[in-house]
Amino acid sequence: MGLAGYLVVSTLLFGIGAFGFLARRNAILMLICIELMLYGVNLSLVAFNAYLPGGANAGGVFALMIMAVAAAEATVGLALVIAIIRTRQTPEVDEYSDLKE
Amino acid sequence: MVGGGLAVVTLRNIIHSAIAMMVCFGSLAGMYLLLGAAIIAAAQVLIYLGAISVLILFAIMLTQAGDANIPAPFHRQVWLAAVVALAVMGLIGWAAVTTNWGDNLSAAAIGIQQIATALFTTYALPFEILSLLLLAAIIGAIFLARRPEEDERAN
Repeated sequence: MGLAGYLVVSTLLFGIGAFGFLARRNAILMLICIELMLYGVNLSLVAFNAYLPGGANAGGVFALMIMAVAAAEATVGLALVIAIIRTRQTPEVDEYSDLKE
Repeated sequence: MVGGGLAVVTLRNIIHSAIAMMVCFGSLAGMYLLLGAAIIAAAQVLIYLGAISVLILFAIMLTQAGDANIPAPFHRQVWLAAVVALAVMGLIGWAAVTTNWGDNLSAAAIGIQQIATALFTTYALPFEILSLLLLAAIIGAIFLARRPEEDERAN
């Protein structure tokens, strides 16, 4: 499995995450799908770092940084979702339609 | 791993989705090991399998009202979403497969020492900014998830 194989897997992960984010109705699941998209990018970064020379390990460093940013995003996102669910009593995002005219 | 990812977006019960997500995380750590990036695989297991999965499972348990009536998992626009996602996938995949990546196609292991040196010399400033971001995230999460009764009691 060469570089292209890893890139195809990361593309599949990104696409699955994008589909889930667009199609699912549950707010927590939408967050999980954002994580899936971030993993797709992360895997491609690490694969590029392993296969292409001369990057001074930038891929690995940025993969670690993306992990930290994703952790922060998941924390704040879950806190927001829990706060919303507490006030609206439902996790379904298409019930959040108060701003709709 | 792709199967795990597909299970995440298609399963009806959200707890099953979360467990499929853990399977996906684990196999992703295995892929990092295949690429020779042991430090990133270790970070993946620690952060995602250890922390984020538990966080997400807790959030699901906190918010689920009981599994008596599980609503329909998808929007009405599910086919539109599938078309868009497939188009994005096809475009990126086509670009990745048809590009000539050069001849030196052998994975080079990423040493822990090189990563650490790069992280604390070349990328020291982003590293510090990242710690600030994490602090802000912690404070924000505590503030958002606090119950409203508590700050009435504090006033």
